[in-house]
Amino acid sequence: MEWDFTAAFSNIDLLLLGLLNTLKVTGLALCLGIPLGLVLALTRLTHLRPLSLLAAFIIEFFRTTPPLVQLFWFFFAFPILFDINMTAFTAAIVTFSIQSSAFFAEIFRSGIQSIDHGQWEGAKAIGMTRQQSLKRVILPQAVKRMIPAFMERSIELLKTTTLVSTIAYTDLMYQANDLAQKTFRPLEVYSVVALIYFMLIFSVSQLSILIERRLARSGEGTVH
Amino acid sequence: MIELVRTENLHKRFGELEVLKGIDLSVSEGETVVLLGSSGSGKSTLLRCINFMETPSSGRVFIRGEAVGTERAGKLTYNQADLCQLRTKVGMVFQHFNLFPHMTVLQNVMEGQLTVLKRSRKEAGEKSLAQLDRVGLADKAGEYPSRLSGGQKQRVAIARALAMDPRVMLFDEVTSALDPELVGEVLKTMRQLALEGMTMICVTHELGFAYHVANRVLFLNDGAIHEEGNPQQVLRNPQTQRMREFLEGHSLFKLPD
Repeated sequence: MEWDFTAAFSNIDLLLLGLLNTLKVTGLALCLGIPLGLVLALTRLTHLRPLSLLAAFIIEFFRTTPPLVQLFWFFFAFPILFDINMTAFTAAIVTFSIQSSAFFAEIFRSGIQSIDHGQWEGAKAIGMTRQQSLKRVILPQAVKRMIPAFMERSIELLKTTTLVSTIAYTDLMYQANDLAQKTFRPLEVYSVVALIYFMLIFSVSQLSILIERRLARSGEGTVH
Repeated sequence: MIELVRTENLHKRFGELEVLKGIDLSVSEGETVVLLGSSGSGKSTLLRCINFMETPSSGRVFIRGEAVGTERAGKLTYNQADLCQLRTKVGMVFQHFNLFPHMTVLQNVMEGQLTVLKRSRKEAGEKSLAQLDRVGLADKAGEYPSRLSGGQKQRVAIARALAMDPRVMLFDEVTSALDPELVGEVLKTMRQLALEGMTMICVTHELGFAYHVANRVLFLNDGAIHEEGNPQQVLRNPQTQRMREFLEGHSLFKLPD
């Protein structure tokens, strides 16, 4: 067998279009998933038991069910149940925002809980409300500790978005499938696509290592 | 004498365990009161009930004559905003300092003034430097807490509480986590505050501080005030067996005079 990348390279614009859509889904899902994750985490941590249990259930549900099942459910079942139209793009955004928010919620929760209780007390003793303490004292310290886990999760999300090709959204994977079939060159096309994913994710993970080193150098300054 | 703090029949239960069994306490303006007692006697809990770090199970707290909380249908309820307001008037310093490690010393002292008292940056900055100067740490304003010694951290914590212009200061075993050689500088700062007329309630194991600085000493035992009086009398001439045992335990290995 002979390698022939002509087909793959001459259609690189189609692949790059797919990459753009992959980044769009990932980026939007992050933008919605992170704030939603914070809300879920805070709800999980409230002292109101019914609310806390509800948040815990949502988090566990989306962490334990396969993302492909969730995607199909939002694309096929959800529109019928609620009588609304949903494009593949919308279904992808809804699914991956909620799915990643469940994971982000756990990162937020463990981050917040890792902060010494004395920090809450110190803030409370000078008259700060719970919200003020969270915003000014707890989260700034917690977020710093959460960054590595955040990066890890974002990379995970980027990889999971390949699933959207199954509901015919034109992401990188979908474009690859399409091109492979049209050109009869699956080996070359998938090799190029693997390389694109590798370069993208490798640079993101290098960036995260850089950030971690930077944080380690600036020192965390212990509580006591 | 103006009465700044009063508790009436204060009870605190943690589940089955009754930690405070009806405390009546009155502290006047300018007084320094020291709470003594063995661990588990309820002295820290009493302190924490005064600024509502803990909510009393029953009984009332009065700050400057005003009852805290409102009574509805025989039940006391506390408004969170009122309690936050109260805590600016009743400052507290902790055993473990609880400074904010992501802020400089100056930012630590400014924080409450900015977010709670809504002072301008300029005013908060000036007040903070004045308070840091008061505890002798104005030159450390730009440092992060991790660069300070324990004694310095605790003095920053005192400045942070003072910057809110409290009427009363509560000290909760503030020297217990310090190396012995750093205890003195913190006690000196506290004595200076007492001399300047600050009203203070201190939980401490430093009998020397109680003897030299306090106007009044309370000995708590099993959730109740067991013995009280001026320090010379209580510490030199205890009236009860329990108090005598407590003092003997403290001076067992004292250097001979």
